[in-house]
Amino acid sequence: MPPSSRSPAIWICWSNLLQLLDGADLGYGGAPVLSGVRLHVAPGERVALLGRSGSGKSTLLAALHRAALARGLRVALVPQDTALVPQLSALRNVLMGRLDDHGAWRNLRTLIRPAAPDRAAALADLARVGLTPEADRAVEGLSGGQAQRVALARAIHRGGDLILGDEPLSAVDPRQAEALAALIRGAFPTAILALHDVAIARAFATRVIGLRQGAFLFDLPVAELDAARIEALYG
Amino acid sequence: MASLSRLGVVAGFLAVAVLCLPLADLATAGHDPWATLARMGRGFLSPDFSAIEQIARAVALTVAFAVAGVALGGIAGLAMAPFYRWRMVRGLAIALRSVHELFWALLLLQVFGISIWSGVLAIALPYSGIFAKVLSEILDEADRRPADWLGPRADPLTRFLWARLPLAVPQMVTYALYRVECGLRSSAVLGFIGLPTLGFQLDTFFRQGEYGAAGAVMAIYIALIATVRLWMRPRAVLLWLVASAVMLAQVTSPPMGQGALWRFLSQDIIPAPLRRGDPAALWPWLWDLTTTAILPGLAATLIVAQLALVLAGAVAFLGQALIARRVTGRVGAAAGHLLLVILRSFPEYMLAYLFLQVWGPSMLPAILALGLHNGAIIAHLLGCQADGLRLRADAPRGLTLWGWEIVPRLFGPFVALCLYRWEIIIRESAIMGILGIATLGFYLDDAIGELRLDRAIVILAATALVTVGIDALSRAIRARIGAGRVQVAPAGTAPGQATGC
Repeated sequence: MPPSSRSPAIWICWSNLLQLLDGADLGYGGAPVLSGVRLHVAPGERVALLGRSGSGKSTLLAALHRAALARGLRVALVPQDTALVPQLSALRNVLMGRLDDHGAWRNLRTLIRPAAPDRAAALADLARVGLTPEADRAVEGLSGGQAQRVALARAIHRGGDLILGDEPLSAVDPRQAEALAALIRGAFPTAILALHDVAIARAFATRVIGLRQGAFLFDLPVAELDAARIEALYG
Repeated sequence: MASLSRLGVVAGFLAVAVLCLPLADLATAGHDPWATLARMGRGFLSPDFSAIEQIARAVALTVAFAVAGVALGGIAGLAMAPFYRWRMVRGLAIALRSVHELFWALLLLQVFGISIWSGVLAIALPYSGIFAKVLSEILDEADRRPADWLGPRADPLTRFLWARLPLAVPQMVTYALYRVECGLRSSAVLGFIGLPTLGFQLDTFFRQGEYGAAGAVMAIYIALIATVRLWMRPRAVLLWLVASAVMLAQVTSPPMGQGALWRFLSQDIIPAPLRRGDPAALWPWLWDLTTTAILPGLAATLIVAQLALVLAGAVAFLGQALIARRVTGRVGAAAGHLLLVILRSFPEYMLAYLFLQVWGPSMLPAILALGLHNGAIIAHLLGCQADGLRLRADAPRGLTLWGWEIVPRLFGPFVALCLYRWEIIIRESAIMGILGIATLGFYLDDAIGELRLDRAIVILAATALVTVGIDALSRAIRARIGAGRVQVAPAGTAPGQATGC
């Protein structure tokens, strides 16, 4: 895993408990989408955020991203809209994961022609999401599911303390989704993912948080997630 | 902000034009237009290709100047585009593009003589200002999310090259290729002031009374502009660049004296009183220049532009119906397209040159040329929108459709486009002076002819200021009639393309 830039003080905080949000009101502009949010995540926890669209998952993830960056953590982000550069190849989009580790000249060289070790590393990450044949194709020519896998490979290539994903598996089929969830589990010590599929959440997470209309409906170990709670969340 | 009604704006412009009419010099005395027209018509109908070698060289050089100028301007514009928000860069870009290609060429001729640099830079300098603006708009409209993903630690160059530029490149290429079309017009027109392009050939043949050969030049020129989308392809760009460089390298030019540029900057453009060490005489000098050149030139420029704008509006208002299939039918629309293509292909300056042969020197040729050319551009853009309108299945056809559906629906874009072209018409009206019509360009050309470059620079600055002022006025009126909300270009047009060259 590439080195990250945390200071020792934050390391202590991180090693105990990551207090990401403490009573914050979250939202865009006017009225808060989420209010009075307290969220502590211990390293090694894998949190699944569940809830209907508009329940505040994306707002929460954006706030968590800001909070994690402010604490100097290395975060790998998988946004809902992938935020890939459609005109660049899958390989170069994966290489974007580590651009902020290098200076401008090195990155310029990589853009023109990636060095052999860089290319090999990016290819390895593409292979993990099953996209080796598509490595040199422009992302705009890939399907939605393939693009989502490129975004995941970019996050894995980046690596770090924490992965934040907003529905990172929404466009791939269920069997692939399971395999990719296992991949995320292996690649990051800590994960917070918004998920739309309860079965995947059960298989992946250690902890589930249910959001409904901008408030936490529940926050439980995954074993305690029962049918009644799911009914209350989506019903 | 007070809002203006669109009809009110149109009425205002018409009223000003009526007031200008008695002041305009529209006399055609001493010329027999019909005899000239008949001679020209015969020439165009039986073009004489015997001088084809000469013409072919002029065509190749026209393309070479256009490609080299656009390439150089494009690179400079691309370098400015990311910094367009900085006031200094924006000011530089505005200054560069507020001076017309022909004026740049007149100045550059003083520095480089009849050399390829005069031609290439005359196109590259103003185009770099236009490129800077349009490319920065394209960058602003590109998706920002990939750049945001990179996080705060990535350096600006990496962010730009990896996550901003690739998203904007396809539109930038489309725009640059479109700009080559504009460059071909500019390049051809540069011939009229002595560079070895098609305009030079046309001027030579007219002077010699060889109307057949002139007809051949016109036919080839129209073919060149009409087919530009076929031969100017993104894949072939490198090939065209190399070919242009080779072509230009073969042009020999008379050598200029050593240090011409330095003398131009350090002596020629310094106001005469200052050069003589008599700063007290500066005010009388400026006053004389203002009253004998700038004000009369400005008045004529504004009169020509006002009448041309109204004529362009009338042409566009009627012409939009001409190319809409549901109004004039399949055959009618095709004929309308052909007419508009011809009027659009010829730069205003070249049209004015032709009309001048027919009607002799007065404001009439300039007004007709500006009105027809700009009207055809607006009509084309409106007609494309008219064809794209979603009309109900039982909508009327023909003139009823034009009056009841097309005119009311496209009235907003019509007024907005006319206001967009206003600034361009002002710029071109000033240029018409080089043909001998007493607009600002006449006084500028005169000052350069007398080698009084200090006067020329002040006139040029005044012209640029007027252009910038009209642009600001046009933008204020557009904002007050809500033109920001109307669509002015057919779907799929690159930004900046909406308003034409």
